[in-house]
Amino acid sequence: MTDAPVLVAEDLVGGYVAEVDILRGCALTAGEGEIVVVIGPNGAGKSTLVKAIFGLVPLRQGTVTLHGTDVTGQRPNRISALGMSYVPQVNNVFPSLTIQENLEMGAANSRATMDERMDAMYALFPRLRERRRNRAEGLSGGERQMLAVARALMPEPSVLLLDEPSAGLAPKAVGEVFETVQQVNASGVTIVMIEQNARAALALADRGYVLEGGQNRFTGKGADLLDDPQVAELYLGGGAAGRE
Amino acid sequence: METFLQTTINGLASGSIYALGAIGLSLVYAILKLVNFAHGDFMTLGGYVAFVVNVSLGAPLVVAAAAAVAAIAVVGLITEAVIWRPMRNRGAGVMQLLLLSIGLAFVIRNLILFGWGGQEKRLDIDNTRTFDLGIVRISLIQVIVISIAAVVLVAVGVMLRSTYVGKSMRALSDSFDLAEVSGIDTRRVVTYTWVLGGGLAGLAGVLAGIFTTLRPDTGFLLLLGIFAAVILGGIGNPFGALVGGIALGLVQEWSTNWITPTYKEAIGFVVLILVLLFRPNGVLGHATRTG
Ligand SMILES: Nc1ncnc2c1ncn2[C@@H]1O[C@H](COP(=O)(O)OP(=O)(O)O)[C@@H](O)[C@H]1O
Ligand SMILES: [Mg+2]
Repeated sequence: MTDAPVLVAEDLVGGYVAEVDILRGCALTAGEGEIVVVIGPNGAGKSTLVKAIFGLVPLRQGTVTLHGTDVTGQRPNRISALGMSYVPQVNNVFPSLTIQENLEMGAANSRATMDERMDAMYALFPRLRERRRNRAEGLSGGERQMLAVARALMPEPSVLLLDEPSAGLAPKAVGEVFETVQQVNASGVTIVMIEQNARAALALADRGYVLEGGQNRFTGKGADLLDDPQVAELYLGGGAAGRE
Repeated sequence: METFLQTTINGLASGSIYALGAIGLSLVYAILKLVNFAHGDFMTLGGYVAFVVNVSLGAPLVVAAAAAVAAIAVVGLITEAVIWRPMRNRGAGVMQLLLLSIGLAFVIRNLILFGWGGQEKRLDIDNTRTFDLGIVRISLIQVIVISIAAVVLVAVGVMLRSTYVGKSMRALSDSFDLAEVSGIDTRRVVTYTWVLGGGLAGLAGVLAGIFTTLRPDTGFLLLLGIFAAVILGGIGNPFGALVGGIALGLVQEWSTNWITPTYKEAIGFVVLILVLLFRPNGVLGHATRTG
């Protein structure tokens, strides 16, 4: 890549409390317009990594750079204003707010373009438009995930962090989530996605990371990780390497 | 029928004061997870600020009420900056914050006692004037209390429903973390919450002072009813707090049609217990909303 990457996290060390480091020197880079996928076993620190990138976990060491600006330790609302959005794994919608109000809350730093963005989101997710006056607590799992992604896209971010967007969804909804991710990426948004559906996710990935114990285990192009026998053996449920 | 209408008017008036107190308490709890036992004493302090401006300085009651609202909004902001935010940052939980607020309640009450003594204070208003509407009589102070409360409660309701600040307050009460992640400036919303919650407490204190008299424990004695109103309406739901406050005032006054007025406060709590038995999340509570 000749362009400078949009997001660089280097040598991150830190955790939720002072004495316990969950991240132990991990790193992540996302190039302009890429899909970056992070996989790894439960408790590896994947969620902690994206939270740290978004300023939600205190870091003892390391830097996070967004579009060349150092954002290490900045408050989330500042990071959001600089063009990065984050969709948490759980509790990612406001249940007692209507769908429309949820989207408005995503536009905290972009009130001027709110109506326009809302139309764009309803075009991307027509099912949300039908229910825009309903409370979010009544949505199905898949619809909730759509709303969470739409809320994060309201400020027109250049980078979108997704924490296991397909977790707990029915197979049909999982497919929809992956389609959405590709669609959003095609519109120019750089994606950093944690996924348990490792094979399907790596198949879309320009770059993949395998995390374990708060450190990078494997790094490479998505396709190369899929073909790597060691990765397949340890993290993709064994069996022959390669794509399904 | 006459006595029913009469007690309805009385109940609306006392219910208005409960409702104004309850909305502020409920908002602060919903957004900051703070059960503020000092809320009643915030009200009392508001009443005494109005007393100083109205009686000691001789300004009109409207000016005094505005001063009380502003003063208690500032008191709320100061407690946030000096007590609540530093304690939250140190990881204080609901229980620690609650105990602190009980301490703060005693401090405020004793400062009032120290400053103005224990005897009753009256605001400068004609509390004998009544209007005869044929079947019922309504006093000037009831007209004032009910109409101010109605205007303010509607305004707060519209604000929470339709303005960006109001929606973001509801967003914070759903999930503070998600609000932060969404790019909402949560610190600003917390500031508005104290301005609104404190201001409403100040106003409730003035109305309580208009309604009866002011004593250092005026607000504290109302606090039990205010908690009942908050619980009746579903904890953390400001609209519920409004409904709960009015309902409590009405039930207490209606009960005097059959039972000696001495027991009316107890009746309010009997209703509270009955509601909790059948609707544990309050009248407007949602089955899915927990924690
Ligand atoms: N809020 C938290 N406070 C303290 N420890 C946490 C918290 N969230 C996660 N952890 C711990 O951090 C470690 C990594 O968790 P996480 O980043 O969620 O892993 P992953 O997303 O890879 O499954 C786990 O040991 C977990 O127990
Ligand atoms: Mg996780």
